Amino acid sequence: MELTYTAKQQAFRAEVRAWLAEHLPREPLASYDTREGFEQHRAWEAKLFDSRLSMVMWPADLGGRGCDLIEWLIFEEEYYGAGAPMRVNQNGQLLLGSTLMEFGTQAQKQRFLPPMAASAEMWAQGWSEPNAGSDMAAITSKALLDGDHYVLNGQKTWSTRAIFADWLFGLFRSEPGSSRHHGLSFLMVPLDAPGVSIRPIKALNGKDAFAEVFFDDVRVPVANRIGAQGEGWHVAMATAGFERGLLLRSPARFQHTARKLVELYKAHRDSADRDPGLREAVMEAWMGAEAYALSAYHTVGRLSRGEAIGAESSINKIVWSELDLKMHETAMRILGARGELLAKAPAAGDAAGWLEGFLFAQSGPIYAGTNEIQRNIIAERMLGLPK
Amino acid sequence: MDFTFTDDQLAFREAISRFLMTEAAPEMLREIWETDVGRSPDLRNKIAAQGLTALSVPEALGGLGMDDVAWALMTQELGYYAIPDSLADTAYVAAGLLSALGDGHPARERLLPRIADGSLRLAIGHPVNLLVSDAQLAEVLILLDGDQVHAVSRAEVDVEANPSIDASRRLGRVSWTPSAATCLASGEEGRALGAQLLDRGALSVAGQLLGLAQRMLDLSVDYVAQRKQFGKPIGSFQAVKHHLADVARQIEMAKPVLYRAAHGLAHGEAAASLWVSQARLACCEASWLAARKGIQVHGAMGYTWEVDLQMFMKRAWSLDASWGDRGFHKSRVAEYLFGDQARLGPGHTFEE
Repeated sequence: MELTYTAKQQAFRAEVRAWLAEHLPREPLASYDTREGFEQHRAWEAKLFDSRLSMVMWPADLGGRGCDLIEWLIFEEEYYGAGAPMRVNQNGQLLLGSTLMEFGTQAQKQRFLPPMAASAEMWAQGWSEPNAGSDMAAITSKALLDGDHYVLNGQKTWSTRAIFADWLFGLFRSEPGSSRHHGLSFLMVPLDAPGVSIRPIKALNGKDAFAEVFFDDVRVPVANRIGAQGEGWHVAMATAGFERGLLLRSPARFQHTARKLVELYKAHRDSADRDPGLREAVMEAWMGAEAYALSAYHTVGRLSRGEAIGAESSINKIVWSELDLKMHETAMRILGARGELLAKAPAAGDAAGWLEGFLFAQSGPIYAGTNEIQRNIIAERMLGLPK
Repeated sequence: MDFTFTDDQLAFREAISRFLMTEAAPEMLREIWETDVGRSPDLRNKIAAQGLTALSVPEALGGLGMDDVAWALMTQELGYYAIPDSLADTAYVAAGLLSALGDGHPARERLLPRIADGSLRLAIGHPVNLLVSDAQLAEVLILLDGDQVHAVSRAEVDVEANPSIDASRRLGRVSWTPSAATCLASGEEGRALGAQLLDRGALSVAGQLLGLAQRMLDLSVDYVAQRKQFGKPIGSFQAVKHHLADVARQIEMAKPVLYRAAHGLAHGEAAASLWVSQARLACCEASWLAARKGIQVHGAMGYTWEVDLQMFMKRAWSLDASWGDRGFHKSRVAEYLFGDQARLGPGHTFEE
């Protein structure tokens, strides 16, 4: 156990801190669930990429700078600690990126990863279907082989920011008559291809945060398949749980929220203390965020020692999503009557910002696999309980 | 930056675990519970032979010279097997205090080698605790009086026994009169030693609580996998799975909090007390949740004397307020968090 940072790690932290101090947008960007905000975030990502700070862990020839996991945690701490914008291309960069690194051909990596790092190409997910939510193996969207193309028909849903995105990745049934996990292929689909239509779905915040995507004889080159035909489930699932759990939501983001929550409580202490539960809720939020950060360092250390992380990533998912919800609920309770006010309401004051986060926090225990499914995974794969 | 244990540390833990698995089986714990003394000299000797009592005694005095980080693992094993002995009070908490006395201090030179060889049992009285664990059985008691730290022999104190729901606990109210002859340290040094004593005691309890939580989870997993209702193991039902998944989550999230606190104590870091309190709260939560969910998934059997779960639950309930109750540890965290010096936000996780 050695809990100090090396000179190199400290220098990296200083570099990121200085860069952010110089380049951070002066005004907060508009919500990336709007066209305007989406493009503002794309421009911010391009700026990050120009300094090779968008995907620090990726190899230099693919648009990153070859950082290790500790440096990545440092980057995240500086990034979220500075209050920098949310990552608009996270579904591509953090989820598909890992899959491509592990299963992509050299040509696919060269073709797709650098523009993903630069956010010149924005990615949406295509997992869920109207009848395949938690039961993802019930996917029915088809991809039938026709020469050197697949022909896609069917529908995906809950595809985050798909109306603004350039590409979609997901699972399609490529073997007629197959069922469940068999016969699925992992495909990358350009969203401007003929036969693709996208219908936005308004989220709780009233914005077009996600969409339904319809495929009507959409032709996709076979070269856009990741992994072998019919092996899509394996490809989708094999990407280390760590990357799904921890990469997507590093602790720094929640430590930043915890800090804001403590400051909010301190600023409104007199009114907050009328509710004796609030002080404890604030403490627990801060300790929870600290524990998640410690857990991330512990996990990273174990990975570096060659240990494998399995179902524990489901614990991460539950921890960050419930922590985020708890923190925003606590903030709303501290804000009292101002909690409901939109940011533009004149009386909102320092309430602005919490409401949007509160609404988004409601989705945490649902997306990326509901927390009920995560608890099943923990019970079955970690504790060995029967199906 | 490497927040993991060395292979040696992990191997030592593994060896102790294998040893206790055979030497401290639940049937034996029950037998020891039934005795008046509540302690097994035989078990204590065997544990000493494994090197556990020598763990934090300096090498020059016949020990292994390991630190709090090793104890973060060992206390989990002591908790996991619910050792009916306040072994960690002697071998970890008191040994830590005696080691911190200056080189050549007579008590240090006299007592530490006997801790290492397993022949000495110490009990520790600290104002944060209502009673003194193992006061009746100890040969020497470490007792605090204001800023003075004393080592008093058993013959010089009166002990009034106070039975606990955990039949392996031997708690006593100690009456004694401080004298210059028994004083080990005083003033600033005494205060610092007393504070360190508290942090080590609290960390020791945190580790034991975490080990207890893991044991209760394991017992529960075994039970729900074999107990059948509606024609299948009850562990296949989601309501039961989710109870135990929540326990697993609490345990996994408490571990690294405990480890940072141990490292902080070992290196005398400024935030160590704060981190110890966080560890205590996380481990208290985990162990009480493991007890509550454990008894629930055991059904009526969980409410019986017969099922082993009860021994671990009672230890968890009893230790919860030992070396500082939750109010004590929460107030230490609150004092920091709501004070002016709090370093909030990402990037301060390991910083002093």
